[in-house]
Amino acid sequence: MASLLEVRDLHTAYGLSQVLFGVSLEIQAGECVCLLGRNGVGKSTTIRSIMGLTRPSRGEVRWKGGSILGWPPFRVARAGIGFVPEDRRVFADLTVRENLDVARQVSRRPGEWTAEAVFELFPPLRPIAGRRAGYLSGGEQQMLTIGRTLMGNPELLLLDEPSEGLAPLVVEHLLEQVTALKRRGLTILLAEQGIAFSLQLADRVYVLEKGTVRFSGAAAELREDEALRDRLLAL
Amino acid sequence: MPEPSFIFGQFVGGLTASMFLFVTAVGLSLIFGVLRVLNFAHGSLYMLGAYLAWQIMNWLGPGPEHFWLAALGSAVVVAGIGAAIERLLFRHLYGREELYQLLFTYALVLVLADVCKIVWGTQQLSVSRPLSLSGGTTIFGTLVPHYNLFIIVLGPALALALWLLLHRSPAGRIIRAAVLDREMLGALGANVGWIYTGMFALGAFLAGLGGALVTPVKTIVPGMDVEVIVEVFIIVVIGGLGSMWGTFLGAVVFGQVLAFGILLMPRFSIFSVFALMAIILIVRPWGLLGRRLTR
Repeated sequence: MASLLEVRDLHTAYGLSQVLFGVSLEIQAGECVCLLGRNGVGKSTTIRSIMGLTRPSRGEVRWKGGSILGWPPFRVARAGIGFVPEDRRVFADLTVRENLDVARQVSRRPGEWTAEAVFELFPPLRPIAGRRAGYLSGGEQQMLTIGRTLMGNPELLLLDEPSEGLAPLVVEHLLEQVTALKRRGLTILLAEQGIAFSLQLADRVYVLEKGTVRFSGAAAELREDEALRDRLLAL
Repeated sequence: MPEPSFIFGQFVGGLTASMFLFVTAVGLSLIFGVLRVLNFAHGSLYMLGAYLAWQIMNWLGPGPEHFWLAALGSAVVVAGIGAAIERLLFRHLYGREELYQLLFTYALVLVLADVCKIVWGTQQLSVSRPLSLSGGTTIFGTLVPHYNLFIIVLGPALALALWLLLHRSPAGRIIRAAVLDREMLGALGANVGWIYTGMFALGAFLAGLGGALVTPVKTIVPGMDVEVIVEVFIIVVIGGLGSMWGTFLGAVVFGQVLAFGILLMPRFSIFSVFALMAIILIVRPWGLLGRRLTR
């Protein structure tokens, strides 16, 4: 069976500075895959390239067997790929509820996700539904960004650094909620620096270094082999 | 000390001028708010609205209320022209430096001015008021034409309607999100290109409507495009670019400063408005109700 998402030999540059030098990866339906690596190795760029937000100079991105390379982001989203950006980027002047509604409106993908379902997954959002998103705490904004993307009923969720800048307790909570999403059968591609967060969640791991894949394998391998982990991710 | 009725007369006159200009200015402000392009050719769309209103009146022939059809029809046609301009030309301007945008839209001013001259010539044209608003009412000793009263009511009604559209409708929710983060909205599945086209068409509609509505009180002449763009620029600078209520306030202030400035300095009335704009640009560059740009 073809992979849900297949990325082959991706080269991406911002102007003159090249960030990706041939990244390849695959995700099967129902999997949770993690892109691990330090700051600046190309995790976000990989995700942005898949989403069509940054145009790769070379390579291929295939979704359910067909090429989506060069598609504008809105078409990628409507095809079923949901993007959760790293710096949260809630619509600050819109209320929590409006953030959710606008996402449902523009995605044009009917499905199980409603504002009510998002509030069930993220109960802290319910009492602040009428508050402007700009006034939310970092953790609340992160829940809202994920909830907002879910409103488009994606089949694959691209999560870029969800734990960045959040307090440990908030991260722990977030981990539970993302685990719940995984149990519901959602396919997830996670980009993370924090191995605690990612190794608990992921089935498989790609370790990026300087824009290439340094290691790929089962998350269990990294969880159990401390020496390997240190070698790959030593700071 | 001038008589109270005279002062009231000046006030009403200023308010009428304000509300005429508000219709056009709010279109410019909305386009800037979403597309971040300062459309110098907005006055040209206004002029096009005026000429088209005259043209439609001409086609329709005499009729007491044909003016309404002409005004609305002209605004719709200008909206269509605006949509075409956005899709074919403006598209390439987004993200460019302001200088390019200004030069490009200025080129558009020259082209549209020539188009109007070729089609309608250089003679002055005029349109008569609709019969239903041809009378006047005396308020505090000042005779106010009914058409002017209509414009004074139309301004706030339009502002309210636009506010409801932006803040209480699903389409407005999308527009506000596009203003805040267009890339994110696109990644959520919005075809931001068409949102821009729609927004530009709405702004052009308002420019066309402003131009059409002014025809019963002003003659249609070449050069009205540049005259109005200067005035609406001052208004949006005073009020704050991209702010709808700011534009409303800017229009009111503009009209009153003009109306009373003429009493203080009869020969330099426009000077007082320029002076006000200069002071605001120095003290509060983002306008009375505008927001400081963070990006």
